[in-house]
Amino acid sequence: MHSLGARTQSSTRTRTPGEIVAAATPTSQAGRRIVDRAFLGVCIAFTALAVLLLVVLVVSIWQDGHARLSWQFLSSFASRKTEEAGVRAPLWGSIWVCVICAVAALPIGVGTAIYLEEFSKRSRFRSFIQLNIANLAGVPSIVYGILGLTAFARAFGTANSESPITFGQPESFFYLQLPFGHGVLAGGLTLMLVVLPIVIVSSQEALRTVPASLRTASLALGATQWQTTWNITLPASIPMIMTGGILAMSRAIGEAAPILVLGVPLFIRSTPTNLMSDFTVLPLQIYNWSMRQQSGFHELAAAGIIVLLAVLLTLNALAVIIRHRLQRANG
Amino acid sequence: MSNVAEISTATSRAAAANNRGTARSRAARIGTERVIRGSLLACALLSIVTTFTILAILLVQSASFFAMPQVSAWEFFTGTTWAPLLGEEKHFGIWPLIAGTLLVTSIAAAFALPVGLVVAIYLSEYAPSRVRSILKPILEVLAGIPTVVYGFFALAVITPFLHDHVSESFGTFNALGAGLAVGIMILPIVASLSEDSLRAVPRSLRDAAFAMGGTRFDVSTKVVVPAALSGIVASWLLAITRAIGETMIVALAAGGLASMTLNPADEVQTMTAYMVQIFTGDAPAYGIEYKSSFAVATILFVITLSLTVVGNLFLRAFREEYE
Repeated sequence: MHSLGARTQSSTRTRTPGEIVAAATPTSQAGRRIVDRAFLGVCIAFTALAVLLLVVLVVSIWQDGHARLSWQFLSSFASRKTEEAGVRAPLWGSIWVCVICAVAALPIGVGTAIYLEEFSKRSRFRSFIQLNIANLAGVPSIVYGILGLTAFARAFGTANSESPITFGQPESFFYLQLPFGHGVLAGGLTLMLVVLPIVIVSSQEALRTVPASLRTASLALGATQWQTTWNITLPASIPMIMTGGILAMSRAIGEAAPILVLGVPLFIRSTPTNLMSDFTVLPLQIYNWSMRQQSGFHELAAAGIIVLLAVLLTLNALAVIIRHRLQRANG
Repeated sequence: MSNVAEISTATSRAAAANNRGTARSRAARIGTERVIRGSLLACALLSIVTTFTILAILLVQSASFFAMPQVSAWEFFTGTTWAPLLGEEKHFGIWPLIAGTLLVTSIAAAFALPVGLVVAIYLSEYAPSRVRSILKPILEVLAGIPTVVYGFFALAVITPFLHDHVSESFGTFNALGAGLAVGIMILPIVASLSEDSLRAVPRSLRDAAFAMGGTRFDVSTKVVVPAALSGIVASWLLAITRAIGETMIVALAAGGLASMTLNPADEVQTMTAYMVQIFTGDAPAYGIEYKSSFAVATILFVITLSLTVVGNLFLRAFREEYE
């Protein structure tokens, strides 16, 4: 039996006439069969390499860092003494920044997607916005950091950063200042700019999966475009939109470069209390620890990575659960 | 059948929505509609504002950099010495930073582009569906790992391995370790985007090739890959763009010495790593070093933007349409 025929039968696809003919051709092409086999070997070897790299990555980080994991590590602030150091400030910083980023990026991103998919005609303007979003997706995140630094942290230099205009008491939750400086609000908004193209594109894809017949039926009953979008199209596509949104948030949580450009302080011994609070994020703390040559800091960095990956894993699990729940609800 | 059911749910929901709407006048509904359309348009316009603000910031700051007496645009674009932090004798020649970026990117591309394509071919043409259903999530996990983790991996695992098993000349910071880590980072991008475009090639083309007596290798390399070439090249360009703009890996593992070198064991500085050095350092906010990082950012922006534009054009111009 020829190997090709055997493989086709074992796969779940049904055999097509072409494959049957191929399987029936005589083995005069033995050389080409050998090449085919060899290539399959290369394929498997390269794929195994990719899997192996992931395994080595996870195992080596676990080996370096697991000994440092403890409740004390999660609940302590950074310290010069490695045995006392922890991720309390960056963990809370990441959570604050991620929530701000989600609150800002999801409505704007989904709104843009709705405008492009449901409200705009196929015009030159629409393709200009579309092209622009595709280009923004390719901009390195450190460049967004420069934008965030100039626009949010410094308000384009219009106000004096040394003596900002303030609203409310610095201890209060509602404290605001202009320019924002390097507080959590500036960080969250900068990350919003980074993930916005991802949110827009994934929401557009979600909206496109809703069959046109649903919209037509709604419009035919006299519903306006927005009533159709709000009552029909959005509910049908919300599981996919949420999944895309959560994936975008996990990208935001992993970003260090834009936050680094904002100029956040390296050494923080407090958790944020309002939108203007100083903060740091997990990836940045990991970066700082990795850069230190002294012994003990690499283990801290590895333990920080384990915490970061655990946060990301939780988010992804959340995405899966939400998708299942909502899909069932929409039945 | 299901479509009919869907339409009937849609119909009932739309009817319900409409009932709610009848309480108000038609004019009010049109007014609401206008307001909503306006705010959605505002959301969409934000992306354009973002682009133009980035451009404006980079151009204004670069202009003020070049306006400084110590800086000559000629030296910046042709010079091969980048020494912005040395006391009196400052030199701003961009080429060492570009060379460092290109060296790291080439190492990453040399690893990730072929491996990624082969993995994509395996997933799309060879792998049984069960293997595929295990491998796809693994690629997604790889793609979701933050880049700072790859930076740590380069510093803590790849570089010591190179030092112990390849050559003693690999120091703590070197281009090869950083380049390989960047390669691992972009591998899932190449693999999953190439696989998407390979799978988009219609079945009939494969069948025809099999009918001519081709082996799976013949069919993959002579029919499917050429048919999906625009998508594959686009995925390559996207991956290269990511590699050029990658910051944390090179800031951690490539070092901070801007030099014109082709030796992968040497310490190099990329454009992004220089920006990190300036923004984390104590450079005064309106000093010349600080401003130079905006000029570097402009070059980085122009390079990545051109690659993105070329990738999109490629996708559009060479897309093979079937049916």
